[in-house]
Amino acid sequence: MTDTPPDAPAAALVRYVLRRADDALILGHRLSEWCGHAPILEEEMALANMGLDLIGQARALYTYAGEVEGAGRDEDAFAYRRLEREYQNLLLVEQPNGDFAATMLRQFLYAAYADPYWRAMMASTDATLAAIAAKAEKEMAYHLRHAAEWMLRLGDGTAESHRRLADALTNLWPYTGEIFAPMAEEAALVAAGIAIDPQTLCATWHDTVRQTLGAATLDLPAEGWMQSGGRQGRHCEAFGHLLTELQYVQRLIPEATW
Amino acid sequence: MTPARREQAWAVAAAVCDPEIPVLTIADLGVLRDVREDGETLEVVITPTYSGCPAMNMIALEIETALDAAGLRPSRVVTVLSPAWTTDWLTAEGRRKLSEYGIAPPAIGAGTGTGTGGRRALFAVDAVTCPRCGSTRTTRLAEFGSTSCKALWRCEACREPFDYFKCH
Repeated sequence: MTDTPPDAPAAALVRYVLRRADDALILGHRLSEWCGHAPILEEEMALANMGLDLIGQARALYTYAGEVEGAGRDEDAFAYRRLEREYQNLLLVEQPNGDFAATMLRQFLYAAYADPYWRAMMASTDATLAAIAAKAEKEMAYHLRHAAEWMLRLGDGTAESHRRLADALTNLWPYTGEIFAPMAEEAALVAAGIAIDPQTLCATWHDTVRQTLGAATLDLPAEGWMQSGGRQGRHCEAFGHLLTELQYVQRLIPEATW
Repeated sequence: MTPARREQAWAVAAAVCDPEIPVLTIADLGVLRDVREDGETLEVVITPTYSGCPAMNMIALEIETALDAAGLRPSRVVTVLSPAWTTDWLTAEGRRKLSEYGIAPPAIGAGTGTGTGGRRALFAVDAVTCPRCGSTRTTRLAEFGSTSCKALWRCEACREPFDYFKCH
């Protein structure tokens, strides 16, 4: 039924796809929390549009994971009816919105990775992942450009905007190491050309971040201890609160449709 | 299924309009990929545009409704992801209709990375022609517009704001 190469370990593929879907869903949900609260109308539209792109990517990925798994789970089952430990998104994307500078920095740090990630995934030997990637890379290119322009405006703007962006950078930086940490169970998928080794994106990400934040007059934090755990299902406290809102209707009225 | 039934079904499906940009049909957009049969059931194959575009559900519903109204039943709509849709699939007729409607069409070739759309470069400057007066003295007001597929621009010559259909 699927385009999975016959020797692919299906369970590892399902978990691989779910991790990427979780990244997109959780970041998309965080952006949706801005609805009605953005500082200006143009950003109200931008934040909602970016959230919509990410939730759209999550839907395609969850649907595909359900097809590969073959156990009857659909996108809603994955998005709404799992427990906290079953989500394996990056800790970066679940961080609370904070102020506009923190939200835009989180978007920039994620997009600087997701844009080259999805571009590389267009060459995946898994036809469905390659097709999802072909859409996602275009969308993430817009997110990267938009967020990068805000890095310049905020970092090289007023003393207040610079201070806020610098504070956000200090807070979010320890969550960026996890993006490039390889996972043992993904090695076979990488070898089969289905997935890519995240370490191969590290240099590109660093160049984008260094150039953009440098132009924004911000100093990169020194290399140091990095937080991890999201890919293993260990989340920050704020994630539980996010899930209670995300899952509320499905927990209250399971299988609700409208 | 006779070829005539398939042709009729294609014509009916092809006439369904995009709910957000009603001057474009799904054939103009390149969203309608195939009409085939599965037993007695007509299967209409469409492909999504932008990942999160909410118009896709509406389009599927309108195809089923249109086929039903034409007496072409049973039918179902199937969504395929591969090959991925790009704005390069907009037909020449579709681009002309967009421009007349006041929406600047996407740069050609940008969807496949072969053109000059500039979506890749971090701080690239797009060159967009005003659909009203034809001037290229235009400025981007907002990267994200009223729908997933549009950005908001303004013409510095005629001073009118306009939508730009984003390259994808």
